[in-house]
Formats: sequence, structure tokens, C-alpha cells
Amino acid sequence: MARVTLEDVRKVYPNGFEAVYPCSFTVNHGELIVLVGPSGCGKSTLLRMVAGLESITEGEMSIGDRVVNDVDPADRNIAMVFQNYALYPHMTVANNMGYGLKNRGMAKAEIEQKVNDAAKMLNLSDYLERRPSQLSGGQRQRVAMGRAIVREPDLFLFDEPLSNLDAKLRNQMRIEIRSLQRRLDTTALYVTHDQVEAMTMADRIFVMNAGRIEQIGTPSEIYHHPQSTFVASFMGAPPMNLLPARTTGNTHVELADDLALPLVSHVDYAGPVQLGIRPEDVRLKDGGDGGTPFKLDIVEELGATRLLHGQLAGHAFTVAIPHEERSFDDTLTLDLPQDALHLFDHETGRRL
Amino acid sequence: MKRAVFSNPWLPIMLLVPQLFIIAVFFYWPAGFAIQSSFYLQDPFGFGSTYVGLENYTDLAQSAEYKRVAWFTLLYTFAVTFFSLAIALLLAVKADNVLRGAKTYRTLLMWVYAIAPPVAGLMGVMLFDQSRGNITKLFETFGWEFRLGVDYWDTATAMIIVAVWKQVPVNFIFFLSGLQSIPRTVREAALIDNRSATGRFWDVIFPLLAPTAFFLLIINITYALFDTFGVIDTLVKAEPGNNPVTLVYKVFIDGFRGNDLGGSSAQSVVLMVLVLILTIVQFRLMERRIHYT
Amino acid sequence: MADITETSAPATRATPAAPTRRRINWGVIGDHAILIAGSLFMLVPVCMVFMTASHDPVTIHREGLQWWFGEELEANFSAALFERGGFTDTVDGMRMLTNSLILGVGFAIGKIIISMMAAYAIVYFRLKFATLAFWVIFTTLLLPLEVRILPSYEVIQSMGLTNTYTGLIVPLIASATGTFFFRQFFRSVPEELIEAARIDGAGPLKFFIDILVPLSRTMIAAIFIIMFVFGWNQYLWPTLITTEEGFFTLVRGIRQIVQVIADGNAIPEYGQAMALAIIAMLPPVLIVVFFQNWFVKGLTESDK
Repeated sequence: MARVTLEDVRKVYPNGFEAVYPCSFTVNHGELIVLVGPSGCGKSTLLRMVAGLESITEGEMSIGDRVVNDVDPADRNIAMVFQNYALYPHMTVANNMGYGLKNRGMAKAEIEQKVNDAAKMLNLSDYLERRPSQLSGGQRQRVAMGRAIVREPDLFLFDEPLSNLDAKLRNQMRIEIRSLQRRLDTTALYVTHDQVEAMTMADRIFVMNAGRIEQIGTPSEIYHHPQSTFVASFMGAPPMNLLPARTTGNTHVELADDLALPLVSHVDYAGPVQLGIRPEDVRLKDGGDGGTPFKLDIVEELGATRLLHGQLAGHAFTVAIPHEERSFDDTLTLDLPQDALHLFDHETGRRL
Repeated sequence: MKRAVFSNPWLPIMLLVPQLFIIAVFFYWPAGFAIQSSFYLQDPFGFGSTYVGLENYTDLAQSAEYKRVAWFTLLYTFAVTFFSLAIALLLAVKADNVLRGAKTYRTLLMWVYAIAPPVAGLMGVMLFDQSRGNITKLFETFGWEFRLGVDYWDTATAMIIVAVWKQVPVNFIFFLSGLQSIPRTVREAALIDNRSATGRFWDVIFPLLAPTAFFLLIINITYALFDTFGVIDTLVKAEPGNNPVTLVYKVFIDGFRGNDLGGSSAQSVVLMVLVLILTIVQFRLMERRIHYT
Repeated sequence: MADITETSAPATRATPAAPTRRRINWGVIGDHAILIAGSLFMLVPVCMVFMTASHDPVTIHREGLQWWFGEELEANFSAALFERGGFTDTVDGMRMLTNSLILGVGFAIGKIIISMMAAYAIVYFRLKFATLAFWVIFTTLLLPLEVRILPSYEVIQSMGLTNTYTGLIVPLIASATGTFFFRQFFRSVPEELIEAARIDGAGPLKFFIDILVPLSRTMIAAIFIIMFVFGWNQYLWPTLITTEEGFFTLVRGIRQIVQVIADGNAIPEYGQAMALAIIAMLPPVLIVVFFQNWFVKGLTESDK
């Protein structure tokens, strides 16, 4: 059973840059965890520390019951898939996959057996004698996967493995990786900056920002209950609308002097806040009382949905609505459901 | 620096030892020996040596002959560098232009790289020979009485022509590969912005080639200074006499013909300092080149 | 290089779009004219030397280099290769050819082994005195043996290495050119490769032998060519170090020819001399021409 436990693990580079602030978490056996965040947020550093490619400045890391802080990468029983695949260009596909096993002193016949099994699983059986340069991008990706699988590791590590593929292949591989990981029942850490990958693949998502883990949660929790404005705006496309507003210590939030919205529950805090609403939670109001006026600038047609970009109380605002045949006036009235409103501290960005 | 590095304490030292040993014995020891000898005056008959301080250097600074050689070296280096770079650039641009036969031209223009300088020099001896040289005869039809080994400037001309002939291929290879690494989109953008081919070359292509040109400049200077020894030695038929020679050739004659260990060493030291400066410039350029690519 | 045609395409593809077709065609002809002139500039002198190698000394003495074949081609070449005497007293061309090969191959192999090891240490290890080692090695980059020729000679002589292959080859290795080539190449190898190898359980030695050396095959070939040509073409150092004719290389032999011509006592064996010159240039030229793709790649890689 491979659980990964980090206790106050921290990374400071010799030049003093704190790449990862102390963080603690546990990854359960069989889970697929996606580390997501903008570039430079420390997600790759964290992954490389788990791999043993980057030293741990402070804290304790264990894989299974073993503390691995000073264990060599080759002895951690992990496998890693790199962004550029890092295949050995001078070796055949079979040798690429078997190289790690050979270094463990495994018998030739056994290596061949394992390589053949993995190749069958990945539809690579016809390509075993080719070199990486003779393969397509998707095939190279599979070889990298195969190299990881044959090791029968406790832990898969993925470092943006799909970012070099085109969109169509990416969607396909996403599903393949997910089902493979389920089938092999292997714990996995997966780094990406693509929120769609994070949402679709993860059992749990770790959202990272500037060296800190901002939020840990299931895709649904991350999406519906973002704990900060960062998470709120990073996850979801189009991103959540964030508007400056103020609370008055009761059950309302004021967008402007004459524009107050009702909240689900009473809020004690009175003062400036940030109000967040997902574009797809907003509805167009066809007549009737109340509603919030919205000045429409541009309509983006996405096929299944439409995005309406415009101004709400003087701030940029986006509305996503299901496609239907209709034309729009310059000024619309919106319904902002009270259970769709998120309130964040206006300075720290934390959820209130 | 690589991000992922091994931290084995002994292996890298073991790996470096052969190189460091050879460099220590065959580079730093002779170099140190040269510096030391440059402060001594060697008895011509081999009976010891006397410490003379900076006298060898002050002698050099006052020597009219040394000044003459230094001036010639400067002129020679400039001429060889300029002409070999200019001809190679012209040929590279043309070879990059043509579609048909580009590969054949590359082969035809680069193979001379492999010819040894003294072999080139021997060919020069034959072609420029005062009585039977084919080029001498050609010059004669223009009324130029070419006298290799007799007339100072005639000999210099032959040296420069042979040295340039031998160096064009290297420069051509570098320029052509530099031209070919300019992205097609940049050329196409230039094609849209500027209708004049010459304008496009000087405004867009040449600046992109500049790093290659700087690199080659240093390479050509060291070539003219040192690697043309064989060309010069053959063209003056190992008997310099009144013929033009370069600084490194003078190090050789003063040391081996004149038995002037101190003076020759002092000249070696001067040249080494000169080249050291060039090396530093070269490294600066290299580091800066990273921004270009 | 396959990409010549590809990268030069835009210039020519633009031609049909230009309004005046005829002027552009003149431009292309002009380009070819310049390239042909350049090629002839390179080719003609060597062809003349080759033609001249087939004539008898008297003709050459009278008329200089020849434009067409004569009668003596075989005689001159076999004399140059197999006859003792002529320009030297005790060695024939074959002996010099062998010596040239020993110098070229020995130098190239020695250089590659030593500089690959050093470059590996410099690029892939965290060293205590990295900066010092770096400068100690790379100071030698542009400083050829010629600069410190006299003290080098004294050192080799004091070690008793004159007229030995060791004394001929090893001092030439004492410069960082090869190390620099390999350093540049190793730095361009993707870092993920070494990380993948570490996860696959390869230590520093295994990584070097299993991954880095096979990856460098093209580079090694290129550097072998460059170094072979460099070693083969050495002139001053062999001239000083080898006084016994048994150690003469072909290029060293050129000096004997020039001295005989300079003496001017009798008509020198010009035909044989030209044959010897052709023999001296043939191996390096053939290698450079046949392996030009590797050679060009290796040469231009160094300025990245």
C-alpha cells in the first residue's frame, strides 16, 4: 500500500528563494492527485522532491511506511513521465522501457515479458524495435507511459505529460491515463497547469500558488467552494467574475449604493469584500421585478454556450448562457441567485 | 549549469585528472618556463644564464625589427581576416540563395579546409615562383614583375593570398550554417517589409549573422597569428632573410636559429597575454550569445 | 544537410511573385557565376598540382604547374610512395604515410577520450573547485603550441621524448578545444534525460557509458574528423620533435621538399614532390568530403 505523506516539507534554493513553503498532506493508496497552478508556483518542484530529483530542505517525506528524504530516486520505487518524455534517443522502444529493469538486475526473459505486456496494453507491440525518432508524438507519450508501467512502481509521477500533444490527442490520452491508473491501482501525482486536466482526471486537486498549497479538495469542492479568489479565478473557464462590493453586517451585500443583493445567510462582517459569481450561475431575466442591470458589449458564440461580455455596476462581467436562438438588447437584466454568491476577504482573498 | 547533477566526490576528480595532468605538464610548465626564461639572458654557448630582470622586454620594446614584425603581423592579420571573411560571406550568401546544386557548391567550397597549411604553401611556392610560377606569368602580362622571396611586399601578397585561400572554407561553413539557422518566418517577414534584397540583407540577415561573425573574427585572428606558420615557412623556403614574417615566426627563429632563449621567451609571453585577452573576449561573446538563441 | 533546399526556399519561392521575371533570372545566374568562380578558385590550384604530378621535372622546371596530364603519373606516385631518397634519405612515402596516420588517429583518439572525460566532469558534477578547474582548462583554448614552442621543446627534450610518438602526440593534446566542443554538446542534452536515467537506477558511470556516450556518437565522429585533420596537418611541432627520418610525417616531408627547391643545386624531382603533396592532402580531404555532414555539424555546434 503506497501512501505518500509529507510533513512540513519545504524547499529553499541556495539563493534564498523559497520554492515550496512548508506543506503537509497525505495521498492515499490508489488516489490520483493533480497538482495544478500557474507556472512557477512550485508544483513541479514539489513533484521532483517526491521523485528524489530535488533535495528536501526541511520536513519529512514518506512513501509507504518508509521515510525517503535521503533515498536515491532509483530506490524509491517510483516512475516518472516527463513533459518532453525524456526517452533515450539511441535506444529502441523495448530498450527504453526495459532499461530501468535491467539496472535492477532483472533477468532478460523477465524483462522481455514485462515489456511485451506493457506494450500490448499501450498498443505499442508493433513498434518495439523502433527508435523514438521514428514515432509520432502520441506514440512517444505511450512509450514514456510504458517505461513507467513496467517498473510496477508504488507511485506514478506525471510532469505535464500531455502538454506536448495536440488538443485531440490530449483528450484521448487523458482518459487513457486515468483508466490505466485505475486498472493498475497505483497511486499517482500529476502536475499540470491545465485546469481541464485537473478537473477531469483528479480524485483530489491541490491548487498551488506562489509556493503554497491554496486548497485541497475534490474537483467539485474546488469548483463550487473555492477557498480563495485565486482558486476561484484559476479554476473554471471562463473564470469566476470577481467584483468589489461591501457587506453591511446583515444579510445583504452591496455592489453599489443602489444595488444590494440578498445573501443566503447572515454575515457579521461589515466592510469591503470581493464578490464572486460564476458566469454559468447567472441567468437572464425575462421581465418581472428586480434583477440586476447588465450592459452588453460583446457576444462570444461557443456552440453549446454563449458568453456575454459586458459591464455590471461599472465592472467587467461575463455571463455564460446555454445556446438558444435569440437576439440581445444592449441592456439586459440578470438574475444573480443568492446561493451562487461567494464572498472573499478584499485583502487576503480568503473565503468569508 | 545543469539542474540535475551528480554529487560523487571522487569520480569527477578522476575524470579530470588526465586532462589536468597533460595540461599541467605540456602547457603550464612550458608556459611558466617561458615566463621564467624571459627574465634571464642565456649564454649563447650554453654556459648558464644571468638574471636580467625586464631587460628582455625593454629590448623588445626598443627593437626596430620587432616593431617592424609587429606592424607586419597586424597588417597581415587584418588582411587575412578581412578578405577571408568577406569572400566567405559572399559565397555563403550566394550558396544560401541558390536552390540547384547547393550541396555540390558546399562540398566544392569547403574541402580545402582539410589541406595542411605547408601543403598550401608549397602550392604557393610553385604558383608564385619567380621564374616559372603560373601566377607570376599572369602578373607579368599586367606588367607586374612579381618576385617571391626577393621583394618584401610581393612575398607578403603571396602569403596573404595563400592564407586567405586556406581559410575561406572554414568561414564559409560557419556563415552558411548561420544563414540556414535563420528562421524562414523571419525571412518572409523581411520579404514583406522591404522590397530591396540588399536592404533586407543588411537590415535583417546580417545583424542575425553578427554573432557568428564575431565568433569567426576571433577564430580568424588566431588563425592568422599562429596557424599560418606553415604557409609562411614554406613561402620563405625556411630562409626568412629580408622577407616578411609574423610574430610567432619570429619567436621560432629567435629561439631556434638565434639561440636567444630569453628574447624568444619574452616574445612568447607577450603573445600569450595577447591571446589570453582574445580568449576572455571570446568567452564573453559566447555567454552573450545565449541571448541571441 | 537535407535542409539546404528547405531553408533556402523562401528566397526562390518569392521569385515568381516579383513583377519583372527576367531581372530575377539574371540574379540567379549571377549567384551561380559567383559560386562557380569561388569553386574554381578552390579547385584549380589543386587540380594543377595533380596534373603536374604526372610530368617530368624538366618540363615542370621550364613551364611551372601544368594544365593537363603527362606521362609520368604512375612513375611519380610510385616513386613518392615507395622509393627511399629523393627528398629524404632513409624513408619512403609509405613510412611517412604511416607516421601521419599514427599522428592523426592517435591524436584524435587521445583527445576525444581525455576531453570527453573532462567535459563530463565539468558539466554533470558539482565540483568544489569547478571555477578554478574550468579556467585552468579553458585558458588553453586559443593558445596553440606554436606560441610557447621553445619552452615546450625544452621540456620534451628534458624528458627524453624527442623522436618518440609520445613526444609527438601528447603535447598537442594539451589544449581545451575538444573539451570545449563536448562541454557545449553536453550542455545541450536535455536535463530530463539524466533525471529519467537516475529514476531508472543509472549511476554516474552507467549514465556516461549507457546514455551519454551513445548519444554523442555523431559528435564523437565529428570531433574525430576535426582532430584527425588537425593532427595530420601538424607542421612545426613534428619538424622540431622528429629529427630522425623514421618519424617523419608527410606534412613534415613537405619541408624537405621546400628545402631541396630552395637549394637550387640541381633540378628537383618536381613531379615526385607534387605527388607527395597530393598524397599528403588526400586522406584528410577524403574524410572531410565523405563525412561532411557530421563534420559540419560538429564544427558549427561549437559556436552555440
